[in-house]
Amino acid sequence: MAAISNPQLAEPAMLSRLMGRPTAAVGVLILIIIALAAILAPVIAPYAPTKLSIASRLHPPSFAHLFGTDDLGRDVFTRMLYAARTSLSVGFAVVIFASIIGIVLGLASGFFRKLDAPVSRLIDAMMAFPDILLAIALVAALGATAFNVVVALGIVYAPRLARVVRASTLVIRELPYVEAARALGVPTPTILVRHVLRNVTSPLLVQGTFIFANAILAEAGLSFLGVGISPDIPTWGTMISVGRQYMDQAGWIMMFPGAAIVITVLALQLVGDGLRDLLDPRLAKDI
Amino acid sequence: MLRSILNRLLGMIVVMALVVTIVFVIVRVTPGDPAAVMLGPDASAADIAALRTKLGLDGSIVEQFGRYVLDLIKGDLGQSIFLGEPVTSALAQRAEPTFFLTVFSLIIATLIALPVGILSAYTRGSIFDQAATTVAMFAASVPSFWLGLLLIQFFAVRLGWFDTSGYGGPGASFADRLAHLVLPALALGLVSSALITRFTRAAMLDVLNDDYVRTARSKGMSEWRVVLKHAFKNALIPILTVIGLTAALLVSGAVVTETVFGLPGVGSLVVSAVLRRDYPVIQGALLVIAGLYVLVNFVIDMLYLAVDPRVRY
Repeated sequence: MAAISNPQLAEPAMLSRLMGRPTAAVGVLILIIIALAAILAPVIAPYAPTKLSIASRLHPPSFAHLFGTDDLGRDVFTRMLYAARTSLSVGFAVVIFASIIGIVLGLASGFFRKLDAPVSRLIDAMMAFPDILLAIALVAALGATAFNVVVALGIVYAPRLARVVRASTLVIRELPYVEAARALGVPTPTILVRHVLRNVTSPLLVQGTFIFANAILAEAGLSFLGVGISPDIPTWGTMISVGRQYMDQAGWIMMFPGAAIVITVLALQLVGDGLRDLLDPRLAKDI
Repeated sequence: MLRSILNRLLGMIVVMALVVTIVFVIVRVTPGDPAAVMLGPDASAADIAALRTKLGLDGSIVEQFGRYVLDLIKGDLGQSIFLGEPVTSALAQRAEPTFFLTVFSLIIATLIALPVGILSAYTRGSIFDQAATTVAMFAASVPSFWLGLLLIQFFAVRLGWFDTSGYGGPGASFADRLAHLVLPALALGLVSSALITRFTRAAMLDVLNDDYVRTARSKGMSEWRVVLKHAFKNALIPILTVIGLTAALLVSGAVVTETVFGLPGVGSLVVSAVLRRDYPVIQGALLVIAGLYVLVNFVIDMLYLAVDPRVRY
């Protein structure tokens, strides 16, 4: 229970405890490398991401072009670095957006008994839509821009976070310190933020990591289908979509971005698993 | 028992009503006029007004909603703009590949996941367990459309064992059509097996140390029977839950996988409807799929009642 009831103590030590788990440490390390590669893309990239060169189109991987070139002679490695920026920032923005909606819905239904039934049924109804399908429909309605992809995926994943927040809130609401705060006349919004929200951060963090992974997969899927982010903007999904047409002659165009997705999602899952083991009160005794 | 069923039935009806409302709202959050967007900038005002009527977008919001619900009750999902046929028949024609793709993927996923998950839990900490857990996590990280492309490249293009895409043409026999589902079902099934494997393992770990398992052992029962009959039976509820959940995820996966393999299913219908802004089709597909999900969940809940006498709603 230490991690749940005492987040102030748990947080600074968490990263070091997480790094104490080999698989989670590998995940963190991979994520740091990928994030650095994305941030430093303009510095690392050997070419400009849009530099066309018809003379060197569909070149296989070589020293000049580490991951080969695409149908327009653009360097695949360079484009992958830039694609990482879009894919990662879309994934991260989805987590933030979904968290905001999820926290509001989850606190509302978990803390206020009267709101529980209606909000919970709304969450059930939203979860009835398959994620990609709902995202496609929302993007179709809102328009296919990167911003709207974030909004759509945020709406799609918010109910999962809302459920997590609700479940924790139901427990925390009954704890003595919340009752004490109420008896002391602390206003409800303050109780919600200070005492409830602070203590749901752990499960939120775990679920958020998995949603980050899902959002990267979903964004790639939408981009691949051509119903997401514009094909002109390099994302791992759009790169696979282009590479698909040249699968026979130039498999590398789709192989490398796909591998990047696999590695990133795998790393996020490793971290998510590590966090869950660390923060799950059922397992807390053997930490 | 009867009360539990009625309670769940009531809950299901409420959720269904919300699903219907959400779909209604989604189509109407489109910025601007969907009719004008669909017809393009050169359309005349009369054409736009005609399409608005056809789409059910004329009149007040309340009127629109009333008409939409009435049509739904009559089983009318509207007319597809581009296919020139009712949405219900468009969906019905496309249902077969999606249905079999989902079922086959689920069978493949379950056939891999149950034995691996059970054995993993039984040999907890062994090399097999570690390898299985790692592979499962890896599989869960692979985008199904990318795996699909790799399978096409290897089994269809290089080895020539299967067609690269399609559903065998108009006059294809049932067996021929099913043959076109092997690779897509493999792509989806492999990816989805990960989740079921992990849940099966966790559920088995939970029950393997329970008292009745020890009792069964001390009675001299064979390990085989202890694990499958006593432990597995008690782990069945969480496993059923995750299989149900996976079925829903598979529909999502099918949307993308059908497009990769050129299967004329509901998923590829929705994708082309989105690209052509065929709103009635998007709306109808969302309703039918979400509706089915709610129904399947209801059936699973009823199964719990049957499997576990302790469950009450």
